[in-house]
Amino acid sequence: MIFHAFLIKYAEIAIKGKNRYLFEDALVKQMRLALEPVEGDFRVIKEQGRVYVLCPEEYDFDEAVEALQRVFGIVGISPVVIYEDQGFEQMGKDVVSCMKARYPEFSGTFKVYTRRARKSYPINSMEVSASLGRLILDAFPEASVDVHNPQLTLSVEIREKIYVYSETIPGPGGMPVGTNGKAMLLLSGGIDSPVAGYMIAKRGVKIDAVYFHAPPYTSERAKQKVVDLAKLVARYSGPIRLHVVNFTDIQLYIYDQCPHEELTIIMRRYMMRIAEHFAKKCGCLGLITGESIGQVASQTLQSLAATNEVCTLPVYRPVIGFDKQEIVEISRKIDTFETSIQPFEDCCTIFVAKHPVTKPNLNVIHRSETKLEEKIDQLMEEALSTVEVIEIN
Amino acid sequence: MEVYFDNSATTRCYDSVKDIVVKAMTEDFGNPSAMHLKGVEAEKYIKSSAESLARLLKVQEKEILFTSGGTESDNLALIGAAFANKRSGNHIITTSVEHPAVSQPALFLQEQGFEVTYLPVDSRGVVKMDALKAVLREDTILVSVMYVNNEVGAVMPVEEIAALVHEKSPKALFHVDAIQAFGKYRIYPKKMGIDLLSVSGHKIHGPKGVGFLYINEKAKIQPQILGGGQQGGMRSGTDNVPGIAGLGAAAVEIYKNLEENVENMYRLKEHIAQGLEKIGDIRINGMDLREGAPQILSISVMGVRSEVLLHSLEERGIYVSAGSACSSHKRKPSATLAAMGMSKDQIESTVRLSFCEENTIEEADYFLQVMGELVPMLRRYSRR
Repeated sequence: MIFHAFLIKYAEIAIKGKNRYLFEDALVKQMRLALEPVEGDFRVIKEQGRVYVLCPEEYDFDEAVEALQRVFGIVGISPVVIYEDQGFEQMGKDVVSCMKARYPEFSGTFKVYTRRARKSYPINSMEVSASLGRLILDAFPEASVDVHNPQLTLSVEIREKIYVYSETIPGPGGMPVGTNGKAMLLLSGGIDSPVAGYMIAKRGVKIDAVYFHAPPYTSERAKQKVVDLAKLVARYSGPIRLHVVNFTDIQLYIYDQCPHEELTIIMRRYMMRIAEHFAKKCGCLGLITGESIGQVASQTLQSLAATNEVCTLPVYRPVIGFDKQEIVEISRKIDTFETSIQPFEDCCTIFVAKHPVTKPNLNVIHRSETKLEEKIDQLMEEALSTVEVIEIN
Repeated sequence: MEVYFDNSATTRCYDSVKDIVVKAMTEDFGNPSAMHLKGVEAEKYIKSSAESLARLLKVQEKEILFTSGGTESDNLALIGAAFANKRSGNHIITTSVEHPAVSQPALFLQEQGFEVTYLPVDSRGVVKMDALKAVLREDTILVSVMYVNNEVGAVMPVEEIAALVHEKSPKALFHVDAIQAFGKYRIYPKKMGIDLLSVSGHKIHGPKGVGFLYINEKAKIQPQILGGGQQGGMRSGTDNVPGIAGLGAAAVEIYKNLEENVENMYRLKEHIAQGLEKIGDIRINGMDLREGAPQILSISVMGVRSEVLLHSLEERGIYVSAGSACSSHKRKPSATLAAMGMSKDQIESTVRLSFCEENTIEEADYFLQVMGELVPMLRRYSRR
């Protein structure tokens, strides 16, 4: 069966009042972006409170559906068969043949739901539904009508042409990316941060990212892994501007000057400062991390407070209350897991102390940081000015 | 300066090899199984390569079986020999320091019901002869020992092993994984008592994706790849003509000035070992320099993790390997080094330098100079 169009269903957008058109426009834009790499000719149109994808030429159905399933804001995708309007009698024949093609042995309960976008159509919706229902009953003697709880709803929309659809493929939900500003994701090579980025993007937020590279302690492959992860997240979030910051000198300087068990905390404070610098520069309204309470020493409430303190922008931590297993499940769903578990060292673990502090005292941390005064500004300046920017599409 | 000291991972293709590969791909591109002239022309490359290899090993042409490389040769040797000789016995012997291309098939055979004994090695990485003597049995059907260990360059006494195997286990086939030895040693399977010998093309400046298995005409092997019946039915699949041609050409080339090249590699190895002594607390692993393989130098730079040293050297244009290159995909500590009784700290600090005849003393000096600068710096920053 060849589907000539998709009817796109969206939920939350519909309740956004006067801003509704903004959300719809963003959705249309994201859909176009998602369909761009799919083979075929697609036209995304907004019409009378509905969004359609028209695909008049040959195209790859599975690929198109997969692409649409990554567009946040979509809750359902209904493949539509389109018929020319050649009078009601022909419409009846078309609908029955459509049923026969799709559900050859149909024997359950059904209803026909008709919507007249073209109000000038001579027969009203109720009558169309009733007549089509009778025709279907004639063609499928085992079938019966149930208007309250049918197993199958056959929808017929009368527009310039006749649109027929009966099933809805679930979309990812959420809101169209671009409707809720932009935030900066701290992307490591692990499992959690790509999931965090995905979750915030799902709420309509555009994503940029920063990665801390520490050659020679972290390898070129570790960096490639992060680029790969960013690409996977970008399939949902749209283009990502990835900032690769060379963090080695700062890290070694902290190692030289500060107590070893505080290394990770102090290091993370500098990462937050750098991330915030780029966030502000890119017009981001917040930072995103993949932190989850208690997962490691640097993610206790005390440690989180200590890293949070250096930021003025809000820090969003969408997986904060998740267990590892729950995060892993999402990462499997969005296909980042296999990439995340490749065994390359990231810069948080290379110098990690055997017994890092788990309850850092802010006063102590401040005092330790004063030992960095001599050179840290210069090192920060260097790290900021030597950033490598990779555009991920 | 770019210094490539990772020749045991793979080598640069000889120019002469490249030329013959290109010719076989673009001019004489026929399918050797075809009946027409194009096929005959392609077949000549295979014939000529087999001739060259047979001459080098002093064996018969028909005893050379071309494969997709070292891993396939090893797989075929182990699995093919085990299944073909099942009726004679159930016992297989190998060592605890084999490459995964041997140890994984051995594990597979174990799961299939064969009994596999793993021989221990001494602290130099050399298999213990008394241990071998103790485990050889009447029903041993296969013994597989590598010639040169890929991680530390330990050279196994294959001739002695062969003699012992054939004396105590007359039904056993003796397989030698010679992937790191071919092109460094003159190997004569018939004289040495080797029944099966694995060789890879890209370790001897040949192309990747090609190798061969020498199979003594009397040895029974069950084919593992079935299909159109090429190579006498032993290994189906359209012959990799360019690869096979390149392999033959590379083998001829590498044996041309063998003794001189080997001597140069030993000198390079000694030069580096001496230089490293000055830096201090760097251990040389494996056998004495002249006893071990000429091209492999395994060192442990204590207090510096091998991965970090590798990437620091890479920044300066020097390429070495941490353990065995194939193992960079997993983070398991090397089984070979553990079998030699090394501590975890030492294993984590071990890198392998591997040379070829194209490396020079200037390159060695550059490496030593860079090490002199890097090691003290890297030692300052370590996990406490």
